[in-house]
Amino acid sequence: MTEEVVTLTKKDFESGEEARWCPGCGDYSILTAVQMLLPELDVKPENMVFISGIGCAARFPYYMRTYGVHGIHGRAPAIATGVALARPDLNVWVIGGDGDMLSIGGNHLIHALRRNVNLKIMMFNNQIYGLTKGQYSPTSEIGKVTKSTPFGSIDYPFNPLSVALGAEATFVARTHDMDRKHMQATFKRMHEHKGAAFVEVFQNCNVFNDGAFDGILKRDVRGDMLIQLTHGEPIRFGSEGQLGVAVNEFGEPRVVEVSAVGVEGLLVHDEHRADPTLAFALSRLANSPTMPTPVGVFRDVQRPIYEVEVQAQLAATLERNGPGDLAKIIASGATWTVE
Amino acid sequence: MTIDTPVDPNRDARTETLDRVVIRFAGDSGDGMQLVGDRFTELSAAFGNDLATLPNYPAEIRAPAGTIAGVSSFQVHISDHDIVTPGDAPNVLIAMNPAALIANLNDMVPGTTLIINSDSFEQRDLDKAGLTTNPLEGNSLAAFNVYTVPMTSITVGATKDLGVKPRDAERSKNFFALGLLCWMYTRPVKPVLDWIEKQFAAKPLILAANTAAFKAGRNFGETAELFDHPYEVRPAALRPGNYRNVVGNSATVYGLVAAAQSAKLPLVYASYPITPASDILHDLSKLKNFGIKTLQAEDEIAAAAIAIGAAFAGSLAITGTSGPGLDLKSEAIALAISLELPFVIVDVQRGGPSTGLPTKTEQADLMLAMYGRHGESPLPIVAAYTPSQCFDAAFEACRLAIKYRTPVMLLTDGYLANGAEPWLIPDLDALPDISVEFATEPNHGDEFWPYLRDPETLARPWAIPGTPKLMHRIGGIEKSGIGLDGADGSGSISYSPENHEAMVELRARKIANIANDIPLTMLDDETGDAEVLVLGWGSTWGSITAGLRRIRARNLKVAHAHLTHLNPFPKDLGDVLRRYDKILVPEMNLGQLSRLVRAEYLVDAQSYTKVQGVPFRAVEIETKILEMLG
Repeated sequence: MTEEVVTLTKKDFESGEEARWCPGCGDYSILTAVQMLLPELDVKPENMVFISGIGCAARFPYYMRTYGVHGIHGRAPAIATGVALARPDLNVWVIGGDGDMLSIGGNHLIHALRRNVNLKIMMFNNQIYGLTKGQYSPTSEIGKVTKSTPFGSIDYPFNPLSVALGAEATFVARTHDMDRKHMQATFKRMHEHKGAAFVEVFQNCNVFNDGAFDGILKRDVRGDMLIQLTHGEPIRFGSEGQLGVAVNEFGEPRVVEVSAVGVEGLLVHDEHRADPTLAFALSRLANSPTMPTPVGVFRDVQRPIYEVEVQAQLAATLERNGPGDLAKIIASGATWTVE
Repeated sequence: MTIDTPVDPNRDARTETLDRVVIRFAGDSGDGMQLVGDRFTELSAAFGNDLATLPNYPAEIRAPAGTIAGVSSFQVHISDHDIVTPGDAPNVLIAMNPAALIANLNDMVPGTTLIINSDSFEQRDLDKAGLTTNPLEGNSLAAFNVYTVPMTSITVGATKDLGVKPRDAERSKNFFALGLLCWMYTRPVKPVLDWIEKQFAAKPLILAANTAAFKAGRNFGETAELFDHPYEVRPAALRPGNYRNVVGNSATVYGLVAAAQSAKLPLVYASYPITPASDILHDLSKLKNFGIKTLQAEDEIAAAAIAIGAAFAGSLAITGTSGPGLDLKSEAIALAISLELPFVIVDVQRGGPSTGLPTKTEQADLMLAMYGRHGESPLPIVAAYTPSQCFDAAFEACRLAIKYRTPVMLLTDGYLANGAEPWLIPDLDALPDISVEFATEPNHGDEFWPYLRDPETLARPWAIPGTPKLMHRIGGIEKSGIGLDGADGSGSISYSPENHEAMVELRARKIANIANDIPLTMLDDETGDAEVLVLGWGSTWGSITAGLRRIRARNLKVAHAHLTHLNPFPKDLGDVLRRYDKILVPEMNLGQLSRLVRAEYLVDAQSYTKVQGVPFRAVEIETKILEMLG
């Protein structure tokens, strides 16, 4: 029997459900990027599962012609863990926002990463609560004035990539909604990674937090403000390549003028370093989207996948003990017969 | 039915035969009382006695040694006939220290026996127990048959030549107590020695010390002339068949596994450690060659969410917990109600609210199971009523979950979970087939409608990822999901007011309809004309049954209805209740079932409550019924 070769297109991944995000929302471009990318990834729609929690981003699964669960607030990584545990053969993608994944669902996110469940976790970071109409989020900057912080936020924000790296993530990357090619290249790497992958997507909420990333993403500043990380290459950026990242005397990466240290003085990016210290330091090069900010893959290392290990234990026990016999187990201790 | 007891050639001719005895081992948490209680129970089970047990231990792993708070006890009731409770009051108390004596003395009836480790009544032991006088001096114990035995020093003496450290030698004193009790009640010796050998194989010195202590205890009974003669309790004439001893949590595990096998579904159990439910996780974790996947989640919520993900992916998904964990799982359970996915939640009830009494029993989660979610979110509730019956209840919970694509609550409790009784080993081949067929084809033209329902059960199709053409999205938002008689079953988001009301009613009807698929009320009314009906659910079955036996022994009439299904109720329950002039509802809560049946059937059900973390005594039920009979 030969399998029919079907070429899939973007249409094959569109559910036909009308997307209900606000006009101009960054979520649309992410959705398009994903729908256009999937036909290239050699996955069948029936083997893809999108799992989400609650929030604007979490409506994503409804628009995908795949299997999907729109779950409850924050719990998407846990629901997805259940899917992957039960069926390691599936491609399980998790979609959520900064509030969903770092506030109410922070616990599930870090544990899914720590276990290295084979989940592809995309966090759309817009630094605001959109669906509840504009409260500050765990990634909002100090001083942010919102409906729930009329005098400015006094909550110190999370750095999502630092959280993921601190949670032992094996794949950590960042991209943004203004560059489809970059998104697709990043999502492709995410998909190819074996194990838990975490991608932060800078996403503009044009209604409640418009222009939050303008300081780094506007076309005219991008050259000097985005630092593209490329494995094996010196970290160098700037409209004329005049800037770079070098390690100072304390071992901390800092932005430098290339002319000051020379190209050989720049830090060479290594995604595969077993030790996450440098990746962590790079994730903290900018503490707000007003400073030169690295994008791309920060870390990509291999560690045993949770559900594969589960399966291996089952197989090893089966091999050792033979198939389970419930009747035998029930009668395995002391028994007696009443005539 | 006759029981042939092999005659022991060494049987003491003075042995007195008892029809039953209740023994309570009590000591400090570190004294190994649960261990020797378990051993005595296993011995008695294998010997053929009927039995019931009541472990009772503090929540602290090691409360301050020697204090009242640190007392741990294990009560076992053995008999030569069918019994249903661990016994109202012990006939014999083994007290390893002053705290154990004082903490349990209130439960002892005058004329019963106290066996006391006299080595632990030094001034500092009395101080730890908060005693100003030594109860072994003076005549405060004059109403009892008191035997003081220097258990610690005899044990140390018996083990001194083995090279055991003095501290380890002392710790073997629980086996001395076990040995003594084995002599007193003519228990076989070999199974204990075999068990010690197996259990402590890796620690030869401890093995030798425990063996020596056990033998010393037995020899002490035989030779000390302290005790007049040994007793025996002959095997019970139970229903013919093969038996083993089982605690409720183990029976629950076997029931879940049997259901997964009958359903031909892989079992996924996600849970967070919590007393008294953790043993379910422990036991299932061992069964890897059954293909069972267990996951110790990061929290209770995750455990429920992981199970839901596994259910979506086509597994028999189960989570287990106790009260505080159930609070946390509420939102996820409501998600499963909206998704209409099979999911079993095992709640091993314990004393609440909040942390409450983690190691003690209670039945106060019924309203939580029934109503503890926002919105109109009904689900079926199954309750187990004896330790071994947890097997059937677990199987039934899975059957309903799979057939009706709904979360199902299985209620057990701390007493059932840890209590033991003989179990007539079930014939697994005789269990019903509860297998399920996943959807394989589109059901609406070329489309797949996830909420196109079976008109009989109202269940929606279960289409699992990996199946071509059936890709679908489900979620917690209200949906077009009537899916009957041509109505929309697409599952698309719908905020229409009429649709929401229709969905709320449909979800309620789906659960209510299950009444047609469960047994009628389990009713015990010998003559059919009793005036008083006792209505119970869950683990009060034993206490109620024992109370009824006492009433009937007085030639009085009383009926007993016991509920295994709390939602929906059996469809004849209203008729049954209305047949009786008086209804008594004993519960280990403040009257939750009584309120439900009063509201549902407008009957004058009288609540009788006890919330002390221990089961009702038979005498309490008896007294209350007598009061009602006037």
